[in-house]
Amino acid sequence: MSKFMSPEWAKAFKEALNNNPVYAEAARNWEGDFYFTATDIPGASKPSTMYADLWHGKCREAFIVTGDDDERDPAFRMTGAMPVWRKVIEKKLDPIQGLLTRQLKLQGDMVTIMRNVKSAQALVNSLATIDTEFPS
Amino acid sequence: MWFFRAPTIAYGDDALSHLATLEGKRALIVTDANMVKLGVADKVCGPLSVGGMDVQIFAEVEPDPSLDTVNKAASMARDFDADWIVGLGGGSAMDTAKMVRILAERRDLTAMDVNPVEPMGLRGVVKLCTIPTTSGTGAEVGWACVVTDRAESRKLVLGSMDSYPEVAIVDPALAAGMPAWLTADTGMDALVHAIEIYTGLWHNDFVDGPALQAIRLVFEYLPRAYADGSDMEARERMANAATLAGFGLANANCGLAHALAHSLGGVFHPPHGRTTSVYLPYTTEYIIREAPERYADIARFLGLPGTTDQERAQALVAAIRELQATVGHPTSVKGLNVPEPEFRESLPHIVEAAQQDATMFNAARVPSTDEVERLFEYAYAGQPIDF
Repeated sequence: MSKFMSPEWAKAFKEALNNNPVYAEAARNWEGDFYFTATDIPGASKPSTMYADLWHGKCREAFIVTGDDDERDPAFRMTGAMPVWRKVIEKKLDPIQGLLTRQLKLQGDMVTIMRNVKSAQALVNSLATIDTEFPS
Repeated sequence: MWFFRAPTIAYGDDALSHLATLEGKRALIVTDANMVKLGVADKVCGPLSVGGMDVQIFAEVEPDPSLDTVNKAASMARDFDADWIVGLGGGSAMDTAKMVRILAERRDLTAMDVNPVEPMGLRGVVKLCTIPTTSGTGAEVGWACVVTDRAESRKLVLGSMDSYPEVAIVDPALAAGMPAWLTADTGMDALVHAIEIYTGLWHNDFVDGPALQAIRLVFEYLPRAYADGSDMEARERMANAATLAGFGLANANCGLAHALAHSLGGVFHPPHGRTTSVYLPYTTEYIIREAPERYADIARFLGLPGTTDQERAQALVAAIRELQATVGHPTSVKGLNVPEPEFRESLPHIVEAAQQDATMFNAARVPSTDEVERLFEYAYAGQPIDF
């Protein structure tokens, strides 16, 4: 089990995607990197962000952004409070409904997202396979 | 957290007269050439003018409206400085009107900028009224706009949840002129909406009731409206059924039959309602092999026979097929006059497009790539689902 938004969790995220043939197939045309940011993490003084480089069905790189010299300028940024991420990861909230209700906020080229619903869904399903420990 | 949203609905006999009470200066009617030719647009202009509005008409909406059409209509709305957009017609006209309403206020955007995820920042400067002239799309009470990207031969679900119509006018007299085939196409579309909403993963307490009532109304009144277009009781109940199902579209989601129909429609452009009607029994047979419970609920509500959920769900499939036969619908995609060589050639594309359709993942059983292809194949050939 790895702590949400820890370096181990980012590593598990990368492995979950790269070991998922459904994701590989669904996202075979996907090109675009992400910042996934969680706010309102209990005990944390600031939001936590994971960078993920997603490229043609594979995750080439995933790490927790510390803000030293590892900041990037990703094509997409998805932000939500930790309890919302938890619901998504535990498959209690459909990520599309999360976006429509703006519990999750997404910045980037929406046309690309709306043309790749299947890969987004497969990505979230991969997230759900990570054994995650959430701070309380 | 989720929402239930609905516009004010003026319905029933003489509902169109409500237009005279709308407060504004300039109304742009977004419709198709046929509505002008048949004099329906004049019936809308009249009460708007009585209410003191200047009125212009954009009558170039085509079936499966394109992004170009949306941008052209938006340009007219901006030039006219419209403060009301009136969508008059079927789903194509009303969906175009929804996009135009956003683009008339947000002059910095184009059609492709409109999406349901980002706030559109509308301040109510331009309002929207929808007036269906068919009984099926439910577009009058929803936010989604289905437009076609001709360059990619693909339908896109755009729109914004910030742009629900302020007013929907559901006047059964407007649907009375529909020919029997259009009554059938649109009526079956309403049925598919209601069944997919009730059985979809996004179903909720607020849409379940309207969906069930819509299903009951379609089974009872579509055969009458189809057989006798002047049966005004049947026309009114079908108009109501379409709008009730529309609540579900606006506040839940369609499912697998729509995903298949959208992708086939993006290439071959058969009538939307007829296409969803053809796919519904196949997608239902596929889903109920693993998740029959909600379909069995519907069967119970309709009083269909069966002692187990599986038997009841199968009885619902049989009832759908019987209704299809009653209203003269084909039972296979071949019957939609989709030529087999072109179908085979486009199969990889439509399989891919179906899987990227936002309605696909609302189904209680989501097919794999291989299963999507088989669903297309079986529905083309008219073969019952066995997987």
